Amino acid sequence: MHKIVSAIFLAENIKKIEIEAPRIAKKSKAGQFVMIRVSETGERIPLTIAGSDTEKGTITIIVQGMGKSTRELNGKEAGESIHDIVGPLGAPSHIEKFGTAVSIGGGLGAAIAYPTAVALKEAGNYVITINGARSKELVILEEEMRAVSDEAYITTDDGSYGFHGFVTQKLQELIDAGKTIDYVLAIGPIPMMRAIAEVTRPYHIKTMVSLNPIMVDGTGMCGGCRVTVDNQIKFACVDGPEFDAHLVDFKNLSDRNKMYLPQERQAVEALTHKCNLQKQF
Amino acid sequence: MDAQSITTKERMAIPRQEMPSQNPEVRSHNFEEVNLGYTKELAQREAQRCLQCKSPACVKGCPVNIKIDQFIKLIAHGDFTGAARKIKEDNVLPAVCGRVCPQEDQCEKECVLTKKYTSVAIGNLERFAADYERETGQVELPQVAPPTGKKVAVIGSGPAGLSCANDLVQLGHAVTVFEALHELGGVLMYGIPEFRLPKEIVQAEIEGMKKLGVNFVTNAVAGRSVTVDELLKEEEFDAVFIGVGAGLPWFMGIPGENLLGVYSANEFLTRVNLMKSYQFPENDTPVFNCTGKNVAVFGGGNTAMDAVRTAKRLGAEHAYIVYRRSEAEMPARLEEVHHAKEEGIEFLVLMNPLEFIGNEEQWLTGAKCLRMELGEPDDSGRRRPVPIKDSEFILPIDMAIISIGNGSNPLIKQTTPDIDVSKRDTIVVDINTMATSKENVYAGGDIVTGGATVILAMGAGRTAAAAIHEKLMGRKED
Ligand SMILES: Cc1cc2nc3c(=O)[nH]c(=O)nc-3n(C[C@H](O)[C@H](O)[C@H](O)COP(=O)(O)OP(=O)(O)OC[C@H]3O[C@@H](n4cnc5c(N)ncnc54)[C@H](O)[C@@H]3O)c2cc1C
Ligand SMILES: Cc1cc2nc3c(=O)[nH]c(=O)nc-3n(C[C@H](O)[C@H](O)[C@H](O)COP(=O)(O)OP(=O)(O)OC[C@H]3O[C@@H](n4cnc5c(N)ncnc54)[C@H](O)[C@@H]3O)c2cc1C
Ligand code: SF4
Ligand code: SF4
Ligand code: FES
Repeated sequence: MHKIVSAIFLAENIKKIEIEAPRIAKKSKAGQFVMIRVSETGERIPLTIAGSDTEKGTITIIVQGMGKSTRELNGKEAGESIHDIVGPLGAPSHIEKFGTAVSIGGGLGAAIAYPTAVALKEAGNYVITINGARSKELVILEEEMRAVSDEAYITTDDGSYGFHGFVTQKLQELIDAGKTIDYVLAIGPIPMMRAIAEVTRPYHIKTMVSLNPIMVDGTGMCGGCRVTVDNQIKFACVDGPEFDAHLVDFKNLSDRNKMYLPQERQAVEALTHKCNLQKQF
Repeated sequence: MDAQSITTKERMAIPRQEMPSQNPEVRSHNFEEVNLGYTKELAQREAQRCLQCKSPACVKGCPVNIKIDQFIKLIAHGDFTGAARKIKEDNVLPAVCGRVCPQEDQCEKECVLTKKYTSVAIGNLERFAADYERETGQVELPQVAPPTGKKVAVIGSGPAGLSCANDLVQLGHAVTVFEALHELGGVLMYGIPEFRLPKEIVQAEIEGMKKLGVNFVTNAVAGRSVTVDELLKEEEFDAVFIGVGAGLPWFMGIPGENLLGVYSANEFLTRVNLMKSYQFPENDTPVFNCTGKNVAVFGGGNTAMDAVRTAKRLGAEHAYIVYRRSEAEMPARLEEVHHAKEEGIEFLVLMNPLEFIGNEEQWLTGAKCLRMELGEPDDSGRRRPVPIKDSEFILPIDMAIISIGNGSNPLIKQTTPDIDVSKRDTIVVDINTMATSKENVYAGGDIVTGGATVILAMGAGRTAAAAIHEKLMGRKED
């Protein structure tokens, strides 16, 4: 059992949760994740370590309520506990002094990219961050991002804040303006990562993406997280989650992530039904 | 019948006592154990078949040399608890091994009765004695030696790790087991299904070890949460035993393996056994809905049998085993093949998959297969399967489960480069001590042998425990 130290909403449906996990806090590196099982009957879900505090022995995760498990997690408050946490898992982000490094986050991806942006900055890179959200209320970690960036851009799909448009457009704008870009890390929804890969491909800019396949164990035992990279099978939980964007088969990833759609719906329905019942009594 | 007075001739006249089992029609719809176990009467009768050989060949067939003749004699005399204790001198998990050992290739193969008659049902008797002791609450905790002040870390809680931990704690060492998953037991928990090995039995064994003082830490992945070097240096363990099993499932490398509905056996069995997805949505983890569907399992080992019988229990209309060679070559336990057939599993042997085929949405719809026939015997005298020309056809299936074996999980290798590994990434050890190339680090079980058996993993754990003890306490002078 792991105690929740604090839990606050950053935006609607997006919660930042700090949890006691001293062993993990001590070891975690940018780009790694944990597997969490909220309760005894819960599934094991992967969540990126968005920060860690070795002294307090805590890690921070940022969770977007999607289906049953993430909604249940987002319902937790400080003082409550989480059944199981294991990590840090996955290979840490590859960090070196590339020169100019652009960190791109789409939606929740901003949170996932943040620790890596910090590490890139610490390694001496000129760091540009581009974070996109559907609209102003959904922008997260803006201040933190500004603090680590040499240049920080926010984009919104509806133009309610920052640059009006997609992160890809902002990236293209920077390239067109003649900026030399040596490295791009893009984290977000699959269509976004795929679009970024197409923006950088003609310029041969090294581009990495953090993939989010469905996982079970997170230790390389089940093969459920397999993704196709350079026409080869890779297990995202041990070989990744970061891969070369120009070699990833995004279509296969997006298809495979639909594997349990009917069951996911069923689980959410059961959850909402339970909540409604609880409200009645 | 008086056990002593019976003549050899009379003994030989007793037929092998069948193990009572659940009706196939019924059991293919539930997850309860298939075999029901011997009654006292059946056990004693079976025990009387044993000739009590002067130099019992069966003992040599058992990888841990259980004193088979002696424990069977105790059963024949009605001292069931005594029999269980006799077995436990050599095997810490008899209720497990009695159920899952490939007896026909080990102890029972060597039994003198095998050639002319049928062998003594050693596995069934072992299971009976262990169950009797546990179910009647007569399990005694063994004596624990005074503390030695030494600390040993065991990585992995499968049969190798558990048996190593069990021996070391009895010798007075402080033992901590680190397990990557949230539950203990390794393949015994997440691989082998409830209908073949009730989880309660594994849990009872682990509870016993906790009482002896073994400290278990779940959710701890060696190489990630903590490295072997950190265990030795920062956490001051005097020795480390690595029993992390095989892991890393192999795929076939044919087109379409990433279609929706294609699983590795590990994933399918983990979802069902460990995550209890057969109880979805009470348990949150989903699994492909097999009801009324056609499911094919590719492979012929125990894992394949477990997967296909699980799919049948989850409601599959047709559940196939697709195997490249003939049935005689299947590595699965005979009993599992027999049980699978009784449950209506369809065996498609001498058949090789070439490609998986999917629909628009990328869901699996079929497997293109090629029929094989047995060719001329090769150098080893075995007839190799060769493809039959133009015999391709499409087997319509909704789900495929690949069960062709496992490679080695790379985590330990990546993070502890000074442990020597083979070309297949298995850890290299001195087989007399299970010592690796790294000082004070030992390894055993599937991570050393590649996918093998429970009893071999257990034996390796015990060999390592003895060597670790000797190393830590200094060699005794003789
Ligand atoms: C390496 C990695 C890091 C991640 N980091 C974060 C993070 O920091 N914050 C965050 O909010 N989300 C993160 N995710 C995604 C998160 O794991 C899923 O949103 C979550 O599992 C959905 O579970 P659910 O029951 O709430 O939703 P469901 O309704 O079950 O599923 C919603 C969608 O999430 C995906 N999904 C479902 N189950 C799993 C699973 N077991 N493993 C992975 N994906 C699944 C599927 O694409 C599915 O369509 C990460 C995923 C990966 C692989
Ligand atoms: C489905 C199936 C059916 C089988 N049926 C039979 C049978 O009928 N008879 C038989 O004799 N054998 C059978 N086997 C084989 C047998 O189960 C194995 O040979 C045996 O379990 C190996 O034991 P082990 O202790 O080496 O490894 P495992 O049982 O694999 O245990 C290893 C443990 O280590 C953990 N681990 C892995 N990596 C790490 C890490 N980095 N840090 C911490 N922990 C880690 C794993 O989670 C696991 O719990 C079967 C195997 C399977 C998969
Ligand atoms: S442990 Fe296995 S091989 Fe040994 S006697 Fe028992 S069933 Fe036979
Ligand atoms: S070889 Fe067979 S008959 Fe002889 S002691 Fe062993 S089990 Fe009994
Ligand atoms: S999640 Fe099981 S192998 Fe990656």
